Amino acid sequence: MTAGTALLAVEGLRVSIAADDGVARVLDHVDLAIPGGRVVGVVGESGCGKSTLARAILGILPRAARVESGRIAFAGEDLLRLDQRELTRRIRGREISFIPQDPYLALNPTFRVGTQLLEIMRWHASDGAADGARGRRARHRARLVELLRAVQLADPEQALERYPHQFSGGQRQRLLIAGALACRPRLVIADEPTTALDVTTQLQILKLLRDLAGDFGVSMLFVTHDFGVVAELCDEVMVMYAGQSVEAGATAEILDRPRHPYTQMLIACHPDRSSDLAGIPGVVPSPLAPPPGCRFHPRCPSARAVCAAARPASVADGGHAVACVLYG
Amino acid sequence: MADAPILEVEDLRAVFGGGRRLLGAPRPSVKAVDGVSLAVRRGEVLGVVGESGCGKSTLGRTILGIQREAGGVIRLDGRVVSGLPPRAARRLRRDVQYVHQDAGAALDPWWSAGRSIEEALIVNGVGGADERRRRIDGVLSAVGLDLGVRRRYPHELSGGQLRRVTLARVLVLAPRVVILDEPTSGLDLSVQATVLGLLRDLRARLTLTYVFISHDLSVVRQMCERLAIMYLGRVVETGDTARIFEAPRHPYTRVLLAAAPRLVAGRVLDASAVLGEPPSPTAVPSGCAFRTRCPHAVARCADAVPVLEPSTGAGAVACHRWREI
Repeated sequence: MTAGTALLAVEGLRVSIAADDGVARVLDHVDLAIPGGRVVGVVGESGCGKSTLARAILGILPRAARVESGRIAFAGEDLLRLDQRELTRRIRGREISFIPQDPYLALNPTFRVGTQLLEIMRWHASDGAADGARGRRARHRARLVELLRAVQLADPEQALERYPHQFSGGQRQRLLIAGALACRPRLVIADEPTTALDVTTQLQILKLLRDLAGDFGVSMLFVTHDFGVVAELCDEVMVMYAGQSVEAGATAEILDRPRHPYTQMLIACHPDRSSDLAGIPGVVPSPLAPPPGCRFHPRCPSARAVCAAARPASVADGGHAVACVLYG
Repeated sequence: MADAPILEVEDLRAVFGGGRRLLGAPRPSVKAVDGVSLAVRRGEVLGVVGESGCGKSTLGRTILGIQREAGGVIRLDGRVVSGLPPRAARRLRRDVQYVHQDAGAALDPWWSAGRSIEEALIVNGVGGADERRRRIDGVLSAVGLDLGVRRRYPHELSGGQLRRVTLARVLVLAPRVVILDEPTSGLDLSVQATVLGLLRDLRARLTLTYVFISHDLSVVRQMCERLAIMYLGRVVETGDTARIFEAPRHPYTRVLLAAAPRLVAGRVLDASAVLGEPPSPTAVPSGCAFRTRCPHAVARCADAVPVLEPSTGAGAVACHRWREI
């Protein structure tokens, strides 16, 4: 993974969060590259830091969080050097937008859908055009209607006048996708956007995201715990364990030839791949007291003494990068 | 079949709502389970599969007896156990137990795991503190938990441990049929594998019969010998798991299988098979409930509800056109 061609490049990101009983080192060393126009999945089990990574990129980490080191380069600019005002004005919502996990919680039930989506554009899509507030509003509205058509929502004009409860879960997710595309972003970050949906609706939304990524030429960061969804949607995937990125590469490569012991064991837990259903021995470590070195070493069948000494550097072979001493 | 089914339901119905509001307007009723017939064989794992709102959980709760049936017959070992108010129904159906899908919500946060398990024994009149203690210790080791868990509270336990405690609480009553409602929903992949492995192991050791309610096709394929596919309160297809995955007969089963994510990269996503979204359970279409989304629907699908009829290979399908499509 080289930062040169990537739209987004996260390098060596470390984030800690102050808690009552110590400091939680939630991201220990994370590398991620998203080339322009690609859909990249971040996959891992709960507590691995995948949502924290998404929040760090968006600049919406909790107040108690501190970025210890690393870079988040977006189109060559280090986002960690920008203050909140600048992030709000130039980046968030405009260049990088967000599709949340739960379409039932993300919309305010007391306002019309159109009001809420136009609000996004009023904040983030203001431009210097001379037609004044009224003309801008009309343009925004026309753009929204066009987007609602693109996300295949029936009667877009009318939809804007309705309230969230009048839509099903799948329709609400479509509204939020339209909202995320409203300001012509270059990167869309989606955090488990299909987890709350049924499989048939999930398929429709995945298909829609896939098509829109192509049609609108946006890159996408897709956070999920579901390897099946990664297989369906993502060009590339990065696997995280306990706050560290352990492996990254083309989706087919990772699914069929995983190299890191954690990735191998995790994929073997999928009911499509395993008939003995053994699981992974041991438990995920607490971020308050993570093991030194490679955080997977206490559970790893191939662990050696060096694994506890230092986190192995990521070694790339073609497009396939793995952070494990077995491949050093 | 030489031996009779351990559990049978015939034309089972469960209805929610209905009646009138205080001032006038009638409330729409929801037929959550609308004429379901199933036979569960001794020692098998029968999967009940469908999307949210299809009635699979209500079916489980009605069999258990905590939701009173609005019609139909439930037989346990050939004996009719339906037609009674909930308390009496539960007494007769002690051999059937239910594992709630949300392990966290199923346990009292103020009670230790040991006390929650003991309550089940007390409620069922298993006397003697020593006897109960002995049984609790036995069941905790059966589900692979340390005896120290007895004194722990739900918030001190991980998701996988909570599942084991809820399983222990049910297994301590020595049931013969266990209804597992989404037993791995919300679990991480590695924990899910361990829990599924445990369920499989316990079934063999304790000769249990499972009714396995799930929406996850990868999981049911791995765990269940036979499947019943539900759509809007009705069973649309039954059959051996392998046969259903190889040759689904009902159009809905086909859609469901096509929509399930698979661990194969680069598959071209084809959403054309999936038409629209499920209708509201308060407004189920006439005739075949799936006809509004079915690519093969014709006029007669709106007229008559298709009955479940035997298809090839020991299965059954409820579709007017399954032979031609």
